[in-house]
Amino acid sequence: MSATTSITDDTGAVERTRALLTAADTGRKRTDRIMTVLIYGAFTLAVIPLVSLLWTVVVNGIERLDGEFLFTSMRGVFGGMDMGGAYHAAVGTLMITLTATVISVPIGLLVAIYLVEYGRGALARATTFFVDVMTGIPSIVAGLFAFALFSIFLGPGAKLGIIAAVALSVLMIPVVVRSCEEMLKLVPNELREASYALGVPKWLTVVRVVLRTSVAGITTGVLLSIARVIGETAPILITAGVSDSINFNPFDGRMMTLPVYIFSQYRQGPVPCREDAIDCLVNINFERAWAAALLLIIIVMLLNLIGRLVTRWFSPKLR
Amino acid sequence: MAQRIDVKDLNIYYGDFLAVEGVSMTIDPKSVTAFIGPSGCGKSTFLRTLNRMHEVIPGARVDGSVELEGVDLYGDDVDPVAVRRTVGMVFQRPNPFPTMSIRDNVLAGVKLNNKRISKSDADDLVESSLRGANLWNEVKDRLEKPGSGLSGGQQQRLCIARAIAVKPQVVLMDEPCSALDPISTLAIEDLIQELKKDYTIVIVTHNMQQAARVSDRTAFFNIAGTGKPGKLIEMNDTATIFSSPAEKATEDYVSGRFG
Repeated sequence: MSATTSITDDTGAVERTRALLTAADTGRKRTDRIMTVLIYGAFTLAVIPLVSLLWTVVVNGIERLDGEFLFTSMRGVFGGMDMGGAYHAAVGTLMITLTATVISVPIGLLVAIYLVEYGRGALARATTFFVDVMTGIPSIVAGLFAFALFSIFLGPGAKLGIIAAVALSVLMIPVVVRSCEEMLKLVPNELREASYALGVPKWLTVVRVVLRTSVAGITTGVLLSIARVIGETAPILITAGVSDSINFNPFDGRMMTLPVYIFSQYRQGPVPCREDAIDCLVNINFERAWAAALLLIIIVMLLNLIGRLVTRWFSPKLR
Repeated sequence: MAQRIDVKDLNIYYGDFLAVEGVSMTIDPKSVTAFIGPSGCGKSTFLRTLNRMHEVIPGARVDGSVELEGVDLYGDDVDPVAVRRTVGMVFQRPNPFPTMSIRDNVLAGVKLNNKRISKSDADDLVESSLRGANLWNEVKDRLEKPGSGLSGGQQQRLCIARAIAVKPQVVLMDEPCSALDPISTLAIEDLIQELKKDYTIVIVTHNMQQAARVSDRTAFFNIAGTGKPGKLIEMNDTATIFSSPAEKATEDYVSGRFG
């Protein structure tokens, strides 16, 4: 039976075809509706706490987040004085995170290159396994490790920014390895072969083709790892200690960071002001903690923004 | 200047698996040699041993010899990287570097090797290579645009320009037209005729008309069954292979009576 004759001769064919094509599969439609509701519901459930958190932090923190807060330390500030800020903590956070990144990214990237481009057999499998194990290390354990390591050289109780950076590196390296590994695997093998076929040695192929092609993804991975450690409190508290002063040098003296600042401010609780005190705010410590929390979120957001720009700048273009 | 290749008793292994067995052939300079045969018979594997590209796969090795103008490519003091500079390769799927402009793609062999090249030399090399690949007129106004913005056929010609920019003696082509439409295929085939004036060309193809159109000599590879090694069945002038082959298997294959 040919298609043309069936349409012209058989008037019932049109109806039958229409019935066939429009037949409502009620069971599937119902499932579709239920799943749509479920997925939107899950999305809303996931977003509510996020929005609530951002809202709370902004509302509570915005008032105190001013020039004074951004550019003064807590040196000489006590009681309920309406002054002091988180400059020293922001400096400490940036310095310690930067140092940790400088330590972790080369190590993590080289391990990822080894695993993707060179690693074969038992050593590569063992490396992958231990990287996975490291991913699960509780941050306080990383802090104690760094503390104990430096106690051997500097004596017990040494508190320096660099020790905190080492502790954070222990947390960062597995994240960097994992994300870089995934990104390097995404580079098509054809590009490596194209490079080899031009007589380019393997190491130059890795540096100039593989890394260049995946640099956008690697940047994203590094930023994710920074976001992973920038909010760490416990390991920094025991390795860099608590400080009220500005310190740019991670190799000399204690350093404050924003999470530790938030923790120590909050822990001090409400200030017992005398009735007749003029310059005394009962909730000043809470206000500073919220403002510092907001500042931390803003720093992470800025880092992500920079990452987006780097990604856009380096990613392969079509036209 | 083009060079001849002599292959003697070449066996190719992947680990313990013998993939191609006992190939001996001579590939003449300034000619086009086509490899034909069913899928999985080892044509591409054999092609890749001609510039040691198969070594990229872990466990791949050969015994026997591949001589370029009498020098064994698998000799102890031979550097595989230098081999690949002398024997260039074009792949099945066009693979321009996505992060590079058209110009940088042509210069990739120079730039990726961190060699210095003056701007005027680079301009000359880009123009001569793109002219050599019949692509210059189509891209001369957009050399700084990304190579991945070109059409498939143009990308493949860009890859050929990139391969000849490193001034190889021999160009290997692994099914260079199988991802292209007939017009682009024709452009590449015309280009192959041009290129054979200066280079030794070896091409793997699944398209027997293509082998008949472009090649001077044709080699037919076959495989007895899965798990068995591929073998060179017959090699002769293309006209002979397609009109009066010596082997029954060759005749069955070229006349379409096979698989």
